[in-house]
Amino acid sequence: MKPDLATIWEWLGEVPDPEIPVISVVDLGIIRDVVWDGDVLEVAITPTYSGCPATSIINLDVETALRAHGLDNIRLKRQLSPPWTTDWLSAKGASKLEAYGISPPSPAGGPSRCPRCASTDLQRVSQFGSTPCKAHWRCLSCLEPFDYFKCI
Amino acid sequence: MDNASLFQCLLRFGDNTLVLGHRISEWCGKAPALEEDIALANTALDLIGQTQMWLGYAAEVEGADRSADDLAMLRDVWDFRNILMVERPNIDFGHTIMRQFLFDAYHHAQLTALSRSSDPRIAEIAAKSVKEATYHLDRSAETVIALGDGTDVSHAKMQNALDLLWPYAGEMFESDDVDAQMAASGIAPDPATLRDAWDLRVRDTLSLATLNIPEDNFAHKGGRTGARHTEHLGHMLTQMQWLQRAYPGAVW
Repeated sequence: MKPDLATIWEWLGEVPDPEIPVISVVDLGIIRDVVWDGDVLEVAITPTYSGCPATSIINLDVETALRAHGLDNIRLKRQLSPPWTTDWLSAKGASKLEAYGISPPSPAGGPSRCPRCASTDLQRVSQFGSTPCKAHWRCLSCLEPFDYFKCI
Repeated sequence: MDNASLFQCLLRFGDNTLVLGHRISEWCGKAPALEEDIALANTALDLIGQTQMWLGYAAEVEGADRSADDLAMLRDVWDFRNILMVERPNIDFGHTIMRQFLFDAYHHAQLTALSRSSDPRIAEIAAKSVKEATYHLDRSAETVIALGDGTDVSHAKMQNALDLLWPYAGEMFESDDVDAQMAASGIAPDPATLRDAWDLRVRDTLSLATLNIPEDNFAHKGGRTGARHTEHLGHMLTQMQWLQRAYPGAVW
């Protein structure tokens, strides 16, 4: 019996992002579509950044998770258009990021507050950070450095 | 429009990002500051990712059973179609950043136009890439201003870099028969049409950086047509392609 799509979305919601395991690939907004094509389950995944090295690991993790739930006929499709945007990060994902110490993306172009002490006295250290999707900032109140999830 | 021209056009996009991506990855582990090291490596990563998409599509269009990896690792100098500027050695950090800025301003204008391509594959790759190029341009422009309008030493290095690189900028806007075919079928803009937007952006930033644009617009060319490359590309390929040259057909 084929599991329904809502169940499959739930399963995918438990697959952590390999670089930021506190959020799932669904929270990140990179799973664009899940459909049954006859007996084949097709999952459309969009890359965050063109060269993000986590992309192939994400595909492997998604496939492994679905196989663990007994699905064998799986096809992963790379979907480029429309390009990924941080607008697709779920609200749940954004609050989990902040609790984890990563400031979530903000349309203003920089973090709205320090994820540790909530101060707004912040300074950018570098436009790039530990992964392609993050920049490096520091809080001038508690003096701790932190990652900011870039808004694109 | 024939497939051979489309293939050439895609090589021009993919070879620019491949060669520049490799060049700036040479800074990995030895940039002047940790933040700059990370920034250059991340920019390189974006460019190599874009290369996979351009050369992947080029390989499909060619239909000769070659992959993106084959095109990157198994071609020699004369088959590369990148502009000469991106194959130049890094020299120093100032030169690297100046080259990055001149390229980013061009890349951003080019990708913006390509995101409206009549070829849907090109349009989607460009729409993805332009987001990354926007970020690259923000950073390289900011860094050019900081260093140009910085100390006497940093100013002199940036002016020297601009003087060295300016004769390589003109090739970005050269057009030939391939470009005319692409423009006629709405696939890619005639490069000459990108010059105004580029000029505006570059002149504005360089003026804030207190740098003087050389008056002579002489342009070295030959890279994007494949007529001639500089001696530097061959040396770069001996490193980039070392593994495939030493162990042909080796796989991960």
